[in-house]
Amino acid sequence: MLADKDRIFTNLYGFEDWGLNGARARGDWDGTKAIMAKGAAWIIEEIKESGLRGRGGAGFPAGMKWSFMPQESKDGRPNYLVINADEGEPGTCKDRDMMRNDPHKLVEGALLASFAMNAHVCYIYIRGEFYREASNLQAAIDQAYAAGLIGPNACGSGFDFDLYLHRGAGAYICGEETALLESLEGKKGQPRLKPPFPAAAGLYGCPTTVNNVETIAVVPAILRRGAAWFAGLGRPNNTGTKVFCISGHVEEPCNVEEEMGIPLKELLEKHAGGVRGGWDNLLAVIPGGSSVPLIPKSICETVHMDFDALIEVKSGLGTAAVIVMDKSTDIIAAIARLSKFYMHESCGQCTPCREGTGWMWRVMERLVQGRAEISEIDMLLEVTTEIEGHTICALGDAAAWPIQGLIRHFRPEIEKRIESTRAANGGRAA
Amino acid sequence: MVKVTIDGTEIEVEPGITVLQACEQAGVEIPRFCYHDRLSIAGNCRMCLVEVAPGPPKPAASCAMPVGEGMEVKTDSEMVRKARRGVMEMLLINHPLDCPICDQGGECDLQDQALYYGLDRSRFEENKRAVPDKDFGPLIKTEMTRCIHCTRCIRFATEIAGVEELGATGRGEDMEIVTYVGKAITSEMSGNMIDLCPVGALTSKPFAFTARSWELRNAESVDVLDAVGSNIRVDTLGAEVKRILPRLNEDVNEEWISDKTRFAYDGLMRQRLDRPYVRRDGKLTAASWDDAFAAIAGRIKGLEPTAVAAIAGDLADCESMAALKDLMAALGSPHIDCRQDGAKIGGDARAAWLFNSTIAGIDTADACLIIGANPRMEAAIINTRLRGRWTGGGFPIGVIGEDADLTYPTTHLGPGPETLSAVAEGGDDFCARLEDAERPMVILGSGAVAREDGAAVLAAARAVAERFGCVGDDWNGFNLLQRAASRVGGLELGFLPGDGGRDVAGILAGACSGEIGLVWLLGADEIDMTGLGDALVVYQGHHGDAGANRADVILPGAAYTEKNATYVNTEGRVQRARAAHFPPGEAKEDWAIIRAFSAACGKTLPYDSLDALRARILEANPGFGEPGTIVPAPWAEFGVAGDMDPAPFASPIDNFYMTDPISRASVTMARCTEMLAGGGENTGTDG
Repeated sequence: MLADKDRIFTNLYGFEDWGLNGARARGDWDGTKAIMAKGAAWIIEEIKESGLRGRGGAGFPAGMKWSFMPQESKDGRPNYLVINADEGEPGTCKDRDMMRNDPHKLVEGALLASFAMNAHVCYIYIRGEFYREASNLQAAIDQAYAAGLIGPNACGSGFDFDLYLHRGAGAYICGEETALLESLEGKKGQPRLKPPFPAAAGLYGCPTTVNNVETIAVVPAILRRGAAWFAGLGRPNNTGTKVFCISGHVEEPCNVEEEMGIPLKELLEKHAGGVRGGWDNLLAVIPGGSSVPLIPKSICETVHMDFDALIEVKSGLGTAAVIVMDKSTDIIAAIARLSKFYMHESCGQCTPCREGTGWMWRVMERLVQGRAEISEIDMLLEVTTEIEGHTICALGDAAAWPIQGLIRHFRPEIEKRIESTRAANGGRAA
Repeated sequence: MVKVTIDGTEIEVEPGITVLQACEQAGVEIPRFCYHDRLSIAGNCRMCLVEVAPGPPKPAASCAMPVGEGMEVKTDSEMVRKARRGVMEMLLINHPLDCPICDQGGECDLQDQALYYGLDRSRFEENKRAVPDKDFGPLIKTEMTRCIHCTRCIRFATEIAGVEELGATGRGEDMEIVTYVGKAITSEMSGNMIDLCPVGALTSKPFAFTARSWELRNAESVDVLDAVGSNIRVDTLGAEVKRILPRLNEDVNEEWISDKTRFAYDGLMRQRLDRPYVRRDGKLTAASWDDAFAAIAGRIKGLEPTAVAAIAGDLADCESMAALKDLMAALGSPHIDCRQDGAKIGGDARAAWLFNSTIAGIDTADACLIIGANPRMEAAIINTRLRGRWTGGGFPIGVIGEDADLTYPTTHLGPGPETLSAVAEGGDDFCARLEDAERPMVILGSGAVAREDGAAVLAAARAVAERFGCVGDDWNGFNLLQRAASRVGGLELGFLPGDGGRDVAGILAGACSGEIGLVWLLGADEIDMTGLGDALVVYQGHHGDAGANRADVILPGAAYTEKNATYVNTEGRVQRARAAHFPPGEAKEDWAIIRAFSAACGKTLPYDSLDALRARILEANPGFGEPGTIVPAPWAEFGVAGDMDPAPFASPIDNFYMTDPISRASVTMARCTEMLAGGGENTGTDG
């Protein structure tokens, strides 16, 4: 269990002042100038050594991502840092609390990360529905400007830095990094083709790094306390702390910062009051936000909550949004609802996702009612593989995985549903 | 060069090209819908997926993936076959199975590729999607349920046509292609979207349900409704032109044609002169060819040779102009002219009246000054080429004349000759841009040289070209943008006043004063018919337009789709039109009419076949190259320096869609005109 001294987000619950004074009292903006004085290369090296992996879901090593950015502009193009605060993954609400209750962590992180990547301008793209979060964050930005912490000669370091907050308009797909850039440029939010990757041609065609809020917000703490401290938490290749969002059928749903790799069972029982009706009432858990495959109770018993451990059980850490479902759950209906979400949020640009998400949802709806043939389960599984890996962005994968997880672990449940519907219908398919 | 292995065969390709292009070079066909080599890469159809190593263990979109050294591409692996089957299945689940009533049937990419790459049955048990149709205006019929969202139309409109009027609204399966917002498309290039649409979502409205593509006979020809000479394919069913499509010619129209070229063909079926007429007692009455010839010959007999005159119109072909010139020479008259608008051009200095840089040469120019021209109206294809060059960057464009929307940004220097003089003296901010350029070009409008002071304007434009180095050893950037298909041919043939001959204005004055007793109009409809006085007017042509209305004798000729004929475009490129069908009724090919009349009046011309006539043309006119080629014009003195009228330059075309007897007779073009008058604000609830 994470010791209080190792906690990064000390005002996650908003019990204290979120403003500049409160933040300073918690240690933010302490010696920022001195950190910057150590140089951009030192910062990137430190982040690499800390083992920090991107907190937005894919888990790409942050330091390596930063090192892709050109340190010197050869053609006059500026570098940009873009912070993805379009937190829309169902079940996920971590960035939201960070921005509402501890916005200065993000502002300071933005300065340090931008400095490391030689980006004089940083944009935060925040989800449109986050009204309170946007107003607090904007207030924090204004306070930082007023205090000379950002702006020209930020923190007295000689580095000019501007930070802009941009509010989105409510499309899930704009959380995909290149769709986010399109949206930021004022276009329809649709993912771009890669390559070129944003580090080569991102915002306005300039080298750009897109990072999640949590990734950036932990940067000041890592730099202040040292890479070794961060790397010492968690398990190899899965270091540091992580904010988990626990929702669903637990006694006390919550956001909690914990060590990476904490066993799922321990996470639920220590922080969320355990599964409603006791551990044995657990049916399944979606461990990383709606787009990762669910894991049944048998796996939940032993699995650790980090990137690699969850990949091993054919799921993923994703955004670490733990959705707990007890035995009262109609698991087919639950996944069908997710299918509907992905159909609704598919941008419509590329064929497999545009056409396939609707197809999968319609089949899922029939499976919920049992109005299907047994053979359609395999057909649905094959359709998911026609979408997975064939699309421009990862939304196609995200739409396919929950269904694959369902069929992998709950096929008998689906078959039973079809058979009972058939029986109620006098032996005929309904 | 980069080495890549495609299906086990190693080839060397240019670095920077895409995997799809490399596959094409290796002779491996990659199916695709959204990719088009003249549009930006969208990568959204996912049909072109291939297996690429090294890379992630999933298929990659070959249209968007650049080749890399040592790359190994598999286009026929199990992974690729599965991906293609999957994408094809996804494309078809919501695509209607209405091929039997779809105009795209038979030439549909989806149909063809479904045959090769698709499954033979559907596993989709749900209801199919239906999408409301849109009103894109009078030219494009929509059947949006068929749309596969490849966005070629959007990219064409935005990138090539330069009108940001199309876009996608909605997300996921609710995504729809719409105009902004509910308006018709106002581009003069919009018909190309029909060709680009890989399915039957966008089809030709005038062609709708009139024929199946496999029933049509086609002839490769050239367009005459402007001076570009776009290469076209004329599709006919029986005696009717059913549609006109572009033919690829990188030097002229690439693979585009303008909407007038494409859609004015219904004018060929209307207002046609299908038999000879002779005016008797003030009324045109049907007559036989012999009667008509007798009426003309009778009048000529009573006239001095110099009381006869001939004017060639804008659609006249070279053969008939050559024959008519020979006829007038045989009759002894020097009064011939092919410049209906009175343009102050002609003579040996061919560089004065050609588009010397050539159309393809635009791609290599690095600055442009447009003087008194609106290329969007006068030569939409050339305008598109200019836009394409502008898109490439480093191509400042200045305009003297109307500050019109040309679909690309221009610097407007001023409205008229005063600005032209200033530029010629280096006194304009834009001059620096021209000076910096290595291959600057000047485009002078045909309207500017048709003014009273046309010769002075021509001289001033020449001075500008000289001053800014538009003319060099390997570059001639001086261009006159013609708009009549017959004009360059007529000038090459010397269809111009001979010694003591009258030009068009002189002929009209002579007709009014009685000195000219007979005027032969070879398809000339754009002159002031009231100026023809009491002269006997012979109208030889194909449409009942202004000329036929005034005529005393009508000789029914053939339109451009009905004759084998030669035209010379604004570049001086000699091109051949081929007869796609027969002229209606008793109408004949024009050169043959003149040849027949020459015999009827006792001045028999010395050729009796098209080949013999063409041989004579070649012999008499060194400017005539082989078909498809241009004989470059040496730089020379031309124009007459002098005072210019300060009146601003005005475009001779106010309605792109109606510029000649054919387009004026076209109902489709009338609908376009109506749409323009309404500002393109046709909404879905109209009519």
